[in-house]
Amino acid sequence: MNDTVAIPALTPQDFTSDQEVRWCPGCGDYAIIKAVRKALAEIGTDTKDVVFVSGIGCAARFPYYMDTYGFHTIHGRAPAIATGVKLANPELDVWVVSGDGDGLSIGGNHTLHALRRNVDLNILLFNNEIYGLTKGQYSPTSREGTRSPSTPLGSVDHPLSATRFALGAGARFVARAVDTDQKRLPDILKAAHAHKGTSFLEIFQNCIVYNDGAFDAFAERKNAPETQIFLEHGKPLIFGKERDRGLRLAPGTFSLEVVPLGEGGVDESELLVHDQTNRPLAGILAEMEPPDFPMALGVLFCSPEESYEAAVYAQIEDAKAISKADGIDALLRTGHTWTVEAR
Amino acid sequence: MENDRAMAEAALTLDEVPREELESAVIRFAGDSGDGMQLTGGRFTETTALAGNDLTTFPDFPAEIRAPIGTTYGVSAFQINFGSRNVMTSGDLPDVLVCMNPAALKVNLSELREGGLIIVDTGTFTDKNLQKAGYEANPLDDGSLDRYRIMAIDISKLTLEAVKDCDVSKKEGLRAKNLWTLGLIYWMYDRDVAATVEWLGTKFKKLPNIAAANIACLKAGHAFGETAELPDGALVYEIKPATFRPGLYRTVTGTEALAWGLVAGSQLAGLKLVFSSYPITPASSVLHVLSRLKAYDVVTFQAEDEIAAAGAAIGASYAGALGVTSSSGPGVALKTEALGLAITAELPLILINSQRAGPSTGMPTKTEQSDLYLAVYGRNADAPLVVLAARSSAEAFDVAIEAVRLATRYMTPVVVLSDTFIANAAEPWRLPDVGTLEPFPVAFHTDAEGFQPYRRDAETLARRWVKPGTPGLEHRIGGLEKDYTTGNVSYDPENHQRMTDVRHEKIARIAGDIPEQEVDQGPAQGPLAVVGWGSTYGPISRAVERSRESGISVSHIHLRYLNPLPRNLGDLLAGFDKVLVPEMNMGQLTTVLRSRYLVPAESVPKVTGKPFKIAEIMDAIRAHSET
Ligand SMILES: Cc1ncc(C[n+]2csc(CCOP(=O)(O)OP(=O)(O)O)c2C)c(N)n1
Ligand code: SF4
Ligand SMILES: [Mg+2]
Repeated sequence: MNDTVAIPALTPQDFTSDQEVRWCPGCGDYAIIKAVRKALAEIGTDTKDVVFVSGIGCAARFPYYMDTYGFHTIHGRAPAIATGVKLANPELDVWVVSGDGDGLSIGGNHTLHALRRNVDLNILLFNNEIYGLTKGQYSPTSREGTRSPSTPLGSVDHPLSATRFALGAGARFVARAVDTDQKRLPDILKAAHAHKGTSFLEIFQNCIVYNDGAFDAFAERKNAPETQIFLEHGKPLIFGKERDRGLRLAPGTFSLEVVPLGEGGVDESELLVHDQTNRPLAGILAEMEPPDFPMALGVLFCSPEESYEAAVYAQIEDAKAISKADGIDALLRTGHTWTVEAR
Repeated sequence: MENDRAMAEAALTLDEVPREELESAVIRFAGDSGDGMQLTGGRFTETTALAGNDLTTFPDFPAEIRAPIGTTYGVSAFQINFGSRNVMTSGDLPDVLVCMNPAALKVNLSELREGGLIIVDTGTFTDKNLQKAGYEANPLDDGSLDRYRIMAIDISKLTLEAVKDCDVSKKEGLRAKNLWTLGLIYWMYDRDVAATVEWLGTKFKKLPNIAAANIACLKAGHAFGETAELPDGALVYEIKPATFRPGLYRTVTGTEALAWGLVAGSQLAGLKLVFSSYPITPASSVLHVLSRLKAYDVVTFQAEDEIAAAGAAIGASYAGALGVTSSSGPGVALKTEALGLAITAELPLILINSQRAGPSTGMPTKTEQSDLYLAVYGRNADAPLVVLAARSSAEAFDVAIEAVRLATRYMTPVVVLSDTFIANAAEPWRLPDVGTLEPFPVAFHTDAEGFQPYRRDAETLARRWVKPGTPGLEHRIGGLEKDYTTGNVSYDPENHQRMTDVRHEKIARIAGDIPEQEVDQGPAQGPLAVVGWGSTYGPISRAVERSRESGISVSHIHLRYLNPLPRNLGDLLAGFDKVLVPEMNMGQLTTVLRSRYLVPAESVPKVTGKPFKIAEIMDAIRAHSET
């Protein structure tokens, strides 16, 4: 006789720790944590199996507020530490939370290598285009000319695109979202979670104190329909409040152009169809930005391959299967040995 | 006289040769990086071990993989000291110097003892090679080597003759001249070629012609001695087996012993071993050894840099495995921030530091002990951890196990100090029976009742280790200061004092869990103690022994535990009028002992990239005994 015990469904509250949240009121991080709790509750992963690993920064305080396992580590190194967690126990559901300074400046190398190795981690990069925790210096994603305490006359170096960096590093899942988009963000988080291997999600996060409105051009609700395009695999690239505009390759080129749809415009069949397994397409979609183009959000690229730790353990299992390994004492006795007899 | 004897004996067959019995001998094989000197030395080591001698080796090679042929900076050498008595160092001054080219002679001659034997391959003493080595005249002709005995043989030519029936090119054939030379040395010291023949057969299994050429040369070199077309100055020797404790033996390098000790230690703790490292000389070899042990459940990870390597090891420990990382020189410097995290997160972590000569890149293939400050003090803020040092290659096995025991029992990083010398040097090792060692299984915390992540064991002060995945114990840790009771983030001033105190006290208490310091030899109190740590054990031990034989009252104390120091060390040192500390650095342990115990310790520093000679330490002992 089988008694089925109903496992109570999880709620966002189950993922909320007893710690007081210390982000500035109005910080985009609040919206993100809300979406993450919602996504995890919907996924239904047991809190005991979830580990949040972070570096240092405002974003990196995230694990303290989640009632899961959490490790707030050192600046930039979370991907490396999370790789170690996954190598020790591949069963764990490991998330990395990082900022633009943490993940792309001091920790750029670790982000790069986690992505290229394809360790089964979900990397959430909170991009506020500023160093929040250290009080507002410009960051590697800050736009040229950004005035900050360390660049009073405006920054002169060129910014990095997190998403294009991830694509270039060989990431097999790359997505983009806006912090306040509570409708889509949980779904994108769930897609990132479902992907085995490294999932990279850039979240545009408003720092209300040091870089307020940095993403208004496309993130503001009233502008959103005209300045965002939400990507869906297999669907034509259409945007606009009236869904009256689309993207296609300008004839004879490998450049995108925005074209009007319908009467007086082009036919839907002429539009590009999103193929999330096409890395070059993801690359040109990631390049777009307002005012000339809409900002591409959603899953830009998803093409799974065996994850790093799975390959590592497969090798170990193979080695065990063919090895004559017979305990450490036998190991010490391999090769030439000799016996000294008692006299 | 000697020459005459050699000539007379030359016609005799092997069995008839009257061999001079020696207690020990030191041979230094030297040649170009491409001449296979390390291989030659390795084979001689194996054969000598199988012949029952005690031995210590010293591979001494350049940082350049293939320096230009014939140059002095491309010279690679391998020294072995072997004997019928207990051998503790690689030997002060070689008795025999094998020179495969003029540059090898140029670089190594100053090491040879007066009257020592030089074996040279005259085939390489061409004008061009002499010039490359910086000789104006051929030293074989100009009388500059009169203080030595010389066996000048055209080894190149004899090698080509030996391989003429083998299916190899001239170039391939010439590459076997190291084995020709090895054959000759085997004959001189009455060694059996069989083990090397077998090894060559296995090594070149896929290249039977190369195997055949090498074996032909080995035998030809041996036969050359036997049939005694021997030039002047050769002597044949016998070195009887040493007396060892009964048991099963093998030769082992420090690298192997450390790697195997980590595997044994993690098994005794009942943990999976996750080893992560980034290549650097001489630490890489530990990664190489462990990477081949996948069948023993060892996970190895070549990280993108040393910081990531330390980070991944910490992540592994966080997840309930034993995280171990290793590096050398500048790579260790890169790990310091991560060590601080492991200290405050109170997670087990082992860092193997194979010290090399520095600062910065320094001399990557040369030995030094100059990271003691770095290990004991080298982190931001008050960040104590455990520091251990291995005294010899074989002992590194026990030290690795002890590192695992302390790291897991006290939830702390442990730095194990090895060095280039220990990493590469081989010595006979009486094999332990790991199955009979006392296990120290880790008990992960699983009880949710009243759980706080930083609640401590009353005795060890260690916090509890919880594996993520354990139901009901979800918690957060990190680098921010934690509340003593709840483990939550706290910036409370008194709490920080208390947490700093307890982190300090936790490490200090380990002194109660390690053995009291013993005196290795000599009286337990007296006029002079020589205190050492790490790989200086061999030369200090011998120097103290010989000094005592000459009537000087001196004791040897050798430390394995450098932090915390053994609980009786202060009292022990107070019993000596003088304390002398030979170290391959500018006086780091000296500073530690002075600051800790206010003892008038004096430093005997050496930073040439080479181990101490026994004579150097004896001189220091004598100097301090006279005043
Ligand atoms: C090794 C090290 N260097 C510098 C810092 C100081 N620091 C802390 S957070 C930070 C930048 C944070 O920026 P970002 O990653 O974008 O996170 P945000 O605060 O914007 O969320 C810096 C430079 C540090 N903690 N550690
Ligand atoms: S400084 Fe900016 S990023 Fe940091 S908590 Fe405040 S609003 Fe958020
Ligand atoms: Mg930022």
